Amino acid sequence: MSEFRAKVEGERAYLLRYATLQLRDAAAAEDAVQETLLAALAGESSFAGRSNLRTWLTGILKHKIVDAVRRMSREPTLPEEDFDALFNERGHWIEMPQAWADPDAALDQKEFFRILEACLAKLPAKTSQAFMLREHMGLETTEICKELSVTPTHVWVLLHRARLALRICLDMNWFAKT
Amino acid sequence: MILSCKEAARLVSQRLDRELGFGERVMLRVHLTICDGCTNFKDQVAFLRKAMSRLGDDSANS
Repeated sequence: MSEFRAKVEGERAYLLRYATLQLRDAAAAEDAVQETLLAALAGESSFAGRSNLRTWLTGILKHKIVDAVRRMSREPTLPEEDFDALFNERGHWIEMPQAWADPDAALDQKEFFRILEACLAKLPAKTSQAFMLREHMGLETTEICKELSVTPTHVWVLLHRARLALRICLDMNWFAKT
Repeated sequence: MILSCKEAARLVSQRLDRELGFGERVMLRVHLTICDGCTNFKDQVAFLRKAMSRLGDDSANS
């Protein structure tokens, strides 16, 4: 990691506090900070000669926050992370995932794919769309963002939610029975 | 900084969708060496990816 990159990364926590305060939305704040850091790393040369890195970064972040506010007014808000229910208040699994016995054997069975499809059908529409685009069609996050008009963080939440839900569904309907 | 399972699971998922930062990778690796639940979750999301790529392969004869 270059010295400049390390210094920029070192400001992440400060920028995140700043953005969270402005946006009141952890995911949007993370997006804004991420975009800021990327812009900063790409624009190292325009920083040259300025004395205060934090001031410079905050200036970039302010623009990103304006963009985010604009976007948030268009985009329906993401429901609360419903997978909070899977973890206790200290962030431990309430039910720890148990290993699956010989999962690859399931791939040879038609019945398994019927169960998988049934599990997919139970997901909320947007969650399922994002997951299909990613895991079945092989699209990258940025492409899914365009397709669904959502931010990268939103896509990651959708994908994570799909994986947690599918894991439980397959666990109950397939692996617990075989 | 020590990751909780909730945070580790989030990173396990996200490493399939984006490149994790160096710090994230280190924290996740440390967590996975001591946590069976998150290790199982990691194996299972990898399996899900494999299964999803084959979904519909046999639709012609099912």
